Amino acid sequence: MKKLTLPISDEDIRALKVGETVLLSGVMMTGRDAVHKWLNDAFIAKTVEPTEDDVTVFEAIKPILDGGIIYHCGPVVSGVDTGDYKFVAAGPTTSIREEPYQALVMELFNLKGVIGKGGMEAKTLQGCMDTPAVYFHAIGGAASLIAQSVQDVITVHKLDFGVPEAMWVIDVKDFPVVVTMDSHGGSQHVTVKEKSQKVLDELMEK
Amino acid sequence: MQDLTKEILELIRRTSTDLPADVEAKLRTAYTDEEDGSAAQGALDTILKNVDLARSNSTPICQDTGTPLFYVHYPEGLSTRKIKKQIVDAVTEATKLNYLRPNSVNAVTGANTGDNSGDDHYPTIHFEEVDENLPLTIELMLKGGGCENVGAQYKLPNVEMHAGRDLAGVRKVVLDAVQKAQGKGCAPGILGIAVGGDRGASYLASKETLLTKIGAENPDAELDALENQLTEEINQMGIGPMGFGGKTTVLDTKIKGLHRVPASYFVSVSYMCWAYRRRKMTVSGAEVSYD
Repeated sequence: MKKLTLPISDEDIRALKVGETVLLSGVMMTGRDAVHKWLNDAFIAKTVEPTEDDVTVFEAIKPILDGGIIYHCGPVVSGVDTGDYKFVAAGPTTSIREEPYQALVMELFNLKGVIGKGGMEAKTLQGCMDTPAVYFHAIGGAASLIAQSVQDVITVHKLDFGVPEAMWVIDVKDFPVVVTMDSHGGSQHVTVKEKSQKVLDELMEK
Repeated sequence: MQDLTKEILELIRRTSTDLPADVEAKLRTAYTDEEDGSAAQGALDTILKNVDLARSNSTPICQDTGTPLFYVHYPEGLSTRKIKKQIVDAVTEATKLNYLRPNSVNAVTGANTGDNSGDDHYPTIHFEEVDENLPLTIELMLKGGGCENVGAQYKLPNVEMHAGRDLAGVRKVVLDAVQKAQGKGCAPGILGIAVGGDRGASYLASKETLLTKIGAENPDAELDALENQLTEEINQMGIGPMGFGGKTTVLDTKIKGLHRVPASYFVSVSYMCWAYRRRKMTVSGAEVSYD
């Protein structure tokens, strides 16, 4: 099984193909709906003026995401009251909700990948080819198991977004994922969708 | 009435961390059915390991502990107001203990309440009165947002799909819903389907069907046959666990018919993820049991 440590190089990303299982290690960040919308509104589309705090957080996450990964995840975290954070349950959330923003966020930070579930569509696939980056699929619902690969919670940004929506900076070891969208235009999701559509068409004729 | 807050907290803990035996058995069968070494089998292997781990560590099976949906059958004379208070308190306590993720956010601002408190509809509690000699039962289902988002409601006839106002039409729209869902609802899923009703009752009933056991026979022979047919045909689509491709796309299909007005023919599809978390507690006098 292939092992990769963050930050990941373009060469390593280009070498990844749909179907490959990878164990990821290193520092990554969680980010889902609120984070993607925040990044878009304040730093990409610039429809809202970023606050001082927004700018500080943006500068803090830049080095983590350069060559790094965003994990679509809203974890269950213990120690929120004390600051002694620990991930209790941390499986992936459905990625497709970030489709409007993902390619732009990849480009903005030189992101090398996102981890999520359910796959993404054409805009993100194009982003994977251009940046380059890949889509890593984790096993949805395997939250207790995945939490065990989180060695340390380094810090959290924008906790006011709420525990599930905040940016948790985590150090992971051997996080198991499958490449389902690669940087060459390959997508397992397109393949399965087309195949199932063909079967559906036949069933509809019956 | 007695204070059941602690017992309800235990119901929540079990629901979130301990997958019911019928679901786990079905997942194990699916594992053996998938091809050795396939991504589908690998996904099921991870799923089963996670089920074991969550149970032994008493941690959530899935981090999305969903909308807590309570179904309460209370004997005549018991105060629903008091039961509701105890449920709400138990939910708050369960959140502190990390059996539940703080999942309740303001509709407009998105602000998280932090403890799963909410408005009148959160957590969702359904009350039904039963005879005074019957026990109090509280059922809990935790249904995550990913699978809730792939649910769908259709109105028959549907010209595009050539789906008429009959069970053949119902079959077509359900097939369509599952193909559209792909792996996004955390396949292999379980389908709860309601035919008829008004829009609201229809969605409600589609979820209630999910409270029955996997493989439970439908008392209506025609619906039972359609359930089996749908499970088989859906699994021909090859979507598979997580949408990786494979033989197991759904584990079971459950259908309920509801009386409807002649003008309306709704079909509501509630998709439940493989982390099919539902538990029941029964209170007979001082005795509390769980299944």
